[in-house]
Amino acid sequence: MAYKIIVSQCTACGACEFECPNAAISTKRGNYVINPTLCTECEGHFASPQCAAVCPVPATCVPA
Amino acid sequence: MAQVISLESLKAPVSAEDMRAALDAGGCSSSSCGSSDGPADMAPDIWAKVKDHPCYSEEAHHYFARMHVAVAPACNIQCNYCNRKYDCANESRPGVVSEKLTPDQAMRKVVAVANEVPQLSVLGIAGPGDACYDWKKTKATFEAVSQQIPDIKLCLSTNGLALPDHVDEIMEMNIDHVTITINMVDPAVGVGIYPWIFYNHRRYTGLEASQILHERQMLGLGMLAERKILVKVNSVMIPGINDHHLIEVNKVVKAKGAFLHNIMPLISDPAHGTHFGLTGQRGPRAMELKALQDQLSDGTKLMRHCRQCRADAVGLLGEDRGQEFTMDQLPEVAAYDPAKRAAYRELVAENRGEHVANKAAAADIVATADTDEAVLVAIATKGGGRINQHFGHATEFQVYEVSPSGIGFIGHRKVDQYCEGGWGEDATLDSVIAALEGVKIVLCAKVGDCPKDSLAAAGIIASHDHAYDWIEAGIAAWYAAAHPAALRLTA
Repeated sequence: MAYKIIVSQCTACGACEFECPNAAISTKRGNYVINPTLCTECEGHFASPQCAAVCPVPATCVPA
Repeated sequence: MAQVISLESLKAPVSAEDMRAALDAGGCSSSSCGSSDGPADMAPDIWAKVKDHPCYSEEAHHYFARMHVAVAPACNIQCNYCNRKYDCANESRPGVVSEKLTPDQAMRKVVAVANEVPQLSVLGIAGPGDACYDWKKTKATFEAVSQQIPDIKLCLSTNGLALPDHVDEIMEMNIDHVTITINMVDPAVGVGIYPWIFYNHRRYTGLEASQILHERQMLGLGMLAERKILVKVNSVMIPGINDHHLIEVNKVVKAKGAFLHNIMPLISDPAHGTHFGLTGQRGPRAMELKALQDQLSDGTKLMRHCRQCRADAVGLLGEDRGQEFTMDQLPEVAAYDPAKRAAYRELVAENRGEHVANKAAAADIVATADTDEAVLVAIATKGGGRINQHFGHATEFQVYEVSPSGIGFIGHRKVDQYCEGGWGEDATLDSVIAALEGVKIVLCAKVGDCPKDSLAAAGIIASHDHAYDWIEAGIAAWYAAAHPAALRLTA
C-alpha cells in the first residue's frame, strides 16, 4: 500500500514532494524517495495518488 | 558570438573611460527587441516599466542584460514540445540540463552576476518547470534577491494554469512583467498540444484539459492587465496545428490587454525526445514565421527578437554567459556592490540619445527612395548597433526589412559559423545560404571572395562597403544607392 519512485527515470522536479498530503516524499542524497510507512496512496485525501498524477515521466512513480 | 563588455575591462578600479570604450565596442547582440517604441510613443508609467527590460523594449535591449535562475523545476502541465528530462525545449535551448538551484544558491548567483555584469537589470524565473506552480521557490528567490538588490526588475514566465492563484502576491512583490505561454484560444486546438494537465489534485486529459488551461490563462491574463502588470504572451508556432490559429490568439490576447505578443518557432528534433520531435512534427521555416508575424503586425506589438533562451541564461539577449556562473565558480559569500551597475546606467543614459538620433536620420534617407520595394537585409553584428562582424564569424544574422516607410528589425537567423580557424567549409556555406532565404543582401565587416561568389550565385549580395557603420545608417546608404532614381531626386 505505497508508491515508489524509479530513481533512474526521475527528473527530480520535486512536484510530488509538495503535492503529497502525507509528507511522505523527501530527498535522500539528491534522489526523491517515498517513505512507505507514511504513504497511503492518498486514500482519504484524493481520488488518485498525487505523486503519480503529477509526475512528468511515464511509469516513474508506480505502485511499490 | 556576442561582443560584450569583457570582464577584464570591468576589473576595479573601473574608469568611466574604460566603460565608454567597452560600450562603443558593442553592448548588445541584436538591434531590435520587443516594442521599438521610445519614450515619446507610450505613457510615462509604461515607459518607466519597460525602459530597462531587454525583453520588452528595443531601447533597453541595446544596453541591458537579463538573467534567469532555474529554481522552479516542477510543472503542472505536459506540452508536446517539451521533454522534462531536458528542460522545456521552447523556453530554453534544448539538450543541456540546467543546474537546478535552491533559492539560497540563486541569491548567491544573482549577487555574483550583478557584481560582474553591470548591464544586469532583470531577474527572471522561467522554470525549467513553471514559476507559478513551483511558487514557494519562486517567491523565496524573489524575496531574497530584492532584499539585496532592491532596484533589480523581477519577471516570471508561466503556462498560466496556476497564475490566478498568485496574482495578488505578484502585485505585492512588485513583479511588473509576466510572460504567459498561450498556444491556443480554442481547446480543440489545444488537444494537439497538451496531453495532460494537473489541476485541483487530479490529472485531466483531452479536451477537458485544454478547456481548463484556456480558462485559467484568460482569467490570469485579465487579472494582470487589470492591475497594470505588463504581460507578454509567448506562442509556439506549430505548423499544421496552431499556425493559422495564432491569428485568432493574437486578436484575443490583444483584446485582453497583453502588451507584447511573441511568436516563437517550434523547436523540434528527435534527439530532444519530445513528442513532436519523435513523431516528426516539423518546426516552421524562417519565412513561414515571418509571413505569420507580418499578418499580425498591426496587432499587439510583436516581439521578433526572442532567442528562446535557457531557463538559466545570463547576459544580453543573443548571448549566454551562464557557463561562467555555475555554482562551483561562485564565491561562498558574496556581498553586493552597487557601484558598477550605477556607473553603467549613467553611461547608458548618455548613449541612448545618439543612437535614437541616428535611427531617425536613416529613416529620413530611405523615405526619399523612389521605389516601393521592401527588401530583407541581413546584418553580421557583434552588437552595439553596428555592422561589425566578419561574415565567416557570424553565428546568427540580424534581419531587417527596409522600404521607403522605414527600417525595421524583423528577426534573426541562426547559422553555423562558416569560418573555423581561417578556412571555410562549403557544406556550412550551403546551410548559411539556405538560412538566408528571402534575404537580398548581407552587410558585414568583411567577407572573402569565395563565399561572396557562392552567395552571388544564390542571388544574395554580400558587401563590406558599410563596415562599422551603424546598422540603420549602412542599410539606408545601400538602399538609397540601389535605387538611383532616389539619389537624383535628392541630389
